[in-house]
Amino acid sequence: MNARGFAPHPAVRWLIGLAIIVLFAIPIVSMAEYTLRDATAGGHSLVHWIELFDPARAGTYRPIWTGLGNSAVLAVVTVAIVLLLLAPTMVLVELRFPKLKRPFEFLALLPISIPAIVLVVGLAPIYLAIGRTIGTGIWPLAFAYGVTVLPFAYRAIQAAIDATELRVLAEAARSLGASWPAVLVRVLAPNLRPGLLAASLISVAVVLGEFTIASLLNRQNLQTALVVVGKQDPYASVILSLLALAFAFVLLVVIGRIGGGTPRARRSARPPKDQP
Amino acid sequence: MTETAIATADNAILAGARAGSAVAFEGVVKDYGQTRVLHGLDLAIQPGEFVSLLGPSGCGKTTALRVLAGLERANGGTVRIGGSDVSAVPTNRRDLGMVFQAYSLFPHLDVTANTAFGLRMRKVAKREAAARVRDALALVGLAGFGERYPHQLSGGQQQRVALARALVTEPRVLLLDEPLSALDAKVRVTLRDEIRRIQLRLGITTVFVTHDQEEALAVSDRIAVMNAGRIDQIGTPEELYLRPATAHVAEFVGLSSVLPCTVGGGVAEVLGIRLPVVGEAADGPAEAFVRPENVRLGGPIDAVVLESTFLGSVRRTVLRTAGGQLLRMQHAVGERVEFDERVTLGIEPAPVAVRPREG
Repeated sequence: MNARGFAPHPAVRWLIGLAIIVLFAIPIVSMAEYTLRDATAGGHSLVHWIELFDPARAGTYRPIWTGLGNSAVLAVVTVAIVLLLLAPTMVLVELRFPKLKRPFEFLALLPISIPAIVLVVGLAPIYLAIGRTIGTGIWPLAFAYGVTVLPFAYRAIQAAIDATELRVLAEAARSLGASWPAVLVRVLAPNLRPGLLAASLISVAVVLGEFTIASLLNRQNLQTALVVVGKQDPYASVILSLLALAFAFVLLVVIGRIGGGTPRARRSARPPKDQP
Repeated sequence: MTETAIATADNAILAGARAGSAVAFEGVVKDYGQTRVLHGLDLAIQPGEFVSLLGPSGCGKTTALRVLAGLERANGGTVRIGGSDVSAVPTNRRDLGMVFQAYSLFPHLDVTANTAFGLRMRKVAKREAAARVRDALALVGLAGFGERYPHQLSGGQQQRVALARALVTEPRVLLLDEPLSALDAKVRVTLRDEIRRIQLRLGITTVFVTHDQEEALAVSDRIAVMNAGRIDQIGTPEELYLRPATAHVAEFVGLSSVLPCTVGGGVAEVLGIRLPVVGEAADGPAEAFVRPENVRLGGPIDAVVLESTFLGSVRRTVLRTAGGQLLRMQHAVGERVEFDERVTLGIEPAPVAVRPREG
């Protein structure tokens, strides 16, 4: 065994990386190529991309814009649930009820093991009741999404909590006269910022890609709209899928930047030599 | 650094210094589940007094401090600050300053913002807050460090900022929860003395939790020695050292040799030497705590030198008596003894603490 232990040779690492890139690139490049096909003139052109903004075809594409708007609303409400409900609950569990940490973690990670289609079986009667009481608007769907994003958001926030001396900071702030809301907003949130941001972005990514629950509950979001439009104009739906994919990719890159980024590196920076 | 702090004659923190508030624990009981960690703690602290809670880990000293801070809720009893019952008052309204064992500066704020935090919570006007922060930082010798972030400071500097942050609001009581234990030995001594100096100048009532007896002896007006959730003895450092009330206090405060003895009528016979006993002790076999400075060369006890350490101003020697007991002696540097040398020893007739011998 060499000094690097079981780490593979750099060439092998490059090879693996390349294979993965190719694997992911094939469908994306194929999609891009498909949207550029020009059936009438033959060859490739931007005609389908331009058609997307053609007023004459606006009716065909309307579901996409509606779906996009709905998905945006859902993303905002889901992020609000994550930031205003999940995060404070996790802080509360960490500070006041540490014994609940394990059960809470189990509960938070549970949705990842339950297929969306199973989830819907339970959600359908609930949404029937919600439909009767607070209407069939799109935003209540965010409650269901709050459950589906739970495992991802939980992990992101918990990582930040574990990296912070939450209890000491909270107690120091309390001793200095801070009310609990002030502790949360002025001290804890800024120090958990990387985790909160990552949780928010990953929630957005999950919401934008969600199809099953919306479809089975007869709600229209970006993904269901893409399917509807795709039946009439396959090019448009592929273009939009491509854009959604690119957007999610950018989000994930941003998350990666935040997670491994500056705050942690700063904190672990070696302090100057101890002196009186 | 200290000189600059003292030279700040127009320091608003000092000008605004008021007599500290009295603090009282009255029958405070604290349970963690089935375990009782404070058994009806009673302790009255005078305004402006520096009192240390001293004891081994798990003796309840930190719990007592946290109950006083409101970070833990007592299961019984009353905590008073300035005469009024604060048992039901939340931490943020108790008007305290607290320095923690762990580095507790807010990592996202610079030194100025950290120090100003308490003032901001109290909605003090910006201009006044800036002046008070400047004075507080000068007081702890960190003028000019305002724009640094906690990660750019050494451990000692971080605790200084934490002290400035705790003092800037002019709290009624200053709570110190082992603030020095994470620091290097040298920094620990410097900062310890400086905390005491600042405390004396501000006249702020201070409660200091520590497991380091040397630290407590050096800075306290009075020390409460705690053991298993109770106060064994409270007194000045001299009282604790010279007249320990219990064997635990004698063992914990200062260095002692534990020697078998026989107690009879308030006198302990240790290695054939009769010594007065501190406090009351039952007659019979016991163990006596003999201070190393009360052991001297020349006398009726035969012993062999095991080890002799030069400590600068004194020499400390460990000896074994003919009966196999280990004995520590502190003596003048000029009195050189060699390893394995046979010597005779005597014990000064100073009062000794005793505890009943087991078995």
